Amino acid sequence: MSIEPMVRAEQVHKSYGQVEVLKGIDLEVQPGQVFCLVGPSGSGKSTFLRCINHLEKINAGRLYVDGELVGYQEKNGKLHELPDRVVAQKRRDIGMVFQRFNLFPHMTALENITEAPTQVKKVPKAQAREQAMELLTKVGLADKAGNYPSQLSGGQQQRVAIARALAMEPKLMLFDEPTSALDPELVGDVLDVMRGLAEDGMTMIVVTHEMGFAREVGDSLVFMDGGVVVESGHPREVLTNPQHERTQAFLSKVL
Amino acid sequence: MTLPQDAAPPDRGRPEEIRAVPVRHPGRWVAVVVIAVLAAMLGHLMVTSSVLHWDVVGQIFTYPTVLAGVGRTLELTALAMVIGIVGGVLLAVMRLSKNPVLSGASWIYIWVFRGTPVLVQLFFWNFLGALVPKVGIGIPFGPTFASWNYNDLVGLFTAATLALGLNEAAYFAEIVRAGILSVDEGQAEAASSLGLTHAQTLWRIVLPQAMRVIIPPAGNETISMLKTTSLVSAIALEELTRAGQDIASRTFYEIPALVAISFWYLLMTSILSIGQYYVERYYSRGTNRVLPDTPWQKVRKNLLSFQRHEGAVG
Repeated sequence: MSIEPMVRAEQVHKSYGQVEVLKGIDLEVQPGQVFCLVGPSGSGKSTFLRCINHLEKINAGRLYVDGELVGYQEKNGKLHELPDRVVAQKRRDIGMVFQRFNLFPHMTALENITEAPTQVKKVPKAQAREQAMELLTKVGLADKAGNYPSQLSGGQQQRVAIARALAMEPKLMLFDEPTSALDPELVGDVLDVMRGLAEDGMTMIVVTHEMGFAREVGDSLVFMDGGVVVESGHPREVLTNPQHERTQAFLSKVL
Repeated sequence: MTLPQDAAPPDRGRPEEIRAVPVRHPGRWVAVVVIAVLAAMLGHLMVTSSVLHWDVVGQIFTYPTVLAGVGRTLELTALAMVIGIVGGVLLAVMRLSKNPVLSGASWIYIWVFRGTPVLVQLFFWNFLGALVPKVGIGIPFGPTFASWNYNDLVGLFTAATLALGLNEAAYFAEIVRAGILSVDEGQAEAASSLGLTHAQTLWRIVLPQAMRVIIPPAGNETISMLKTTSLVSAIALEELTRAGQDIASRTFYEIPALVAISFWYLLMTSILSIGQYYVERYYSRGTNRVLPDTPWQKVRKNLLSFQRHEGAVG
């Protein structure tokens, strides 16, 4: 008996018009793992992440989350597109954190967090607020509940964004370069929150340039370049003893 | 070269406040003189003119038919704007929809209603009874369950409201579309990643943010609509302009009537401008760190700073 992987990619291809961004990605993410995606910009790591919650449609191959096809349904050997409503339903279980935070600027930190539970899951307002306050406490921002995003620093906004994603109680969290837009001294607070999540056993896929974080917290690491997986393994092994030439060249620049 | 090693550091007290002679602005004085002369001429004209009977202006201003006209104008403006806003949002959403039939229909609507004069449309709605004498409920090309005469159903007022409102919808659609397009794509992505549906994303996330871009031109449109209602006098609907014209043609007080109704229009557009300021202020929450002052708060601050300034000088 084997455990179903949280994410399974089989020969995933994705192109924008003539440009092929993903050229056959194969990988598996096990439940509870912190899975790091590293590589130069343009290597397709963010695109792959966005395919996982169907923000992007894949052109070939198969992509499964928790054993179910992403965005499609297989009936009698034919793929059927899922209606928008069903796609939206499946996205509830996958939290996503963006490089540019993407908090809703017209809502306070608290309202940002309660929005999806009250609108999507129809959680009563009072209960959603209570849960949101717990999450804000968890990310260390209980005193900022009434602030609008423009009144928060980048690091604080990103922590609210993490709390917002967690409010839907996802089984998988996607992080798209969560610290790239932050001042260096604010990065630590966000990484601390992510480390805490990893300790709680959350399955996380993290696109990152923070090699220190990958080495310390990551369970598995994939180095991507030019739309393919170049090298994969345990972060400590790949980062300290890269086998592939391309990986060596990349790491010598970022480490 | 040696530096004086043991020289005492200079006394670093706060330097003297700069009191420079301000730049002269002779152009401003010329402008003052020119404008003052023009204003004096206008004032002289207003006081001495034989056709400007101020007492008559006052009487017309509060004349019952004029007051009724003001009410009609306000009613028309409000109803036409409601049709325009609801229709405009609908058309904008259709236009941006992935469904080619909906976006095409919206494009054609905007093309027709924005491409023909509103006065022509006004006549059209008024005389549509000739083209469509009967309006009914039933199955298209099949049996009819109930029907009415167009002219009984669509009176002058309804025709005017429809004409102004449907025309406005075409313009408003473009305003709303611009507003929606101004919202960062990341907002919709974040919303869908949380599991919100398209409709929820539009109503809860995108449109509230688009409002900041929509409100200023929407205020413009409302003020413009208030004045455009005067066109309705052409199909003999008794609104403000028509009321003034009726008095003028009965009494020959043409100029006083025009002045009186102009004062009414100015008064109403001024009130609308103030309303627009407060709506804008509401939708700017979250984007400005501090809400802008209300006009009253501004006045109070200016007065307070004036007092403080005087105190410092004296």
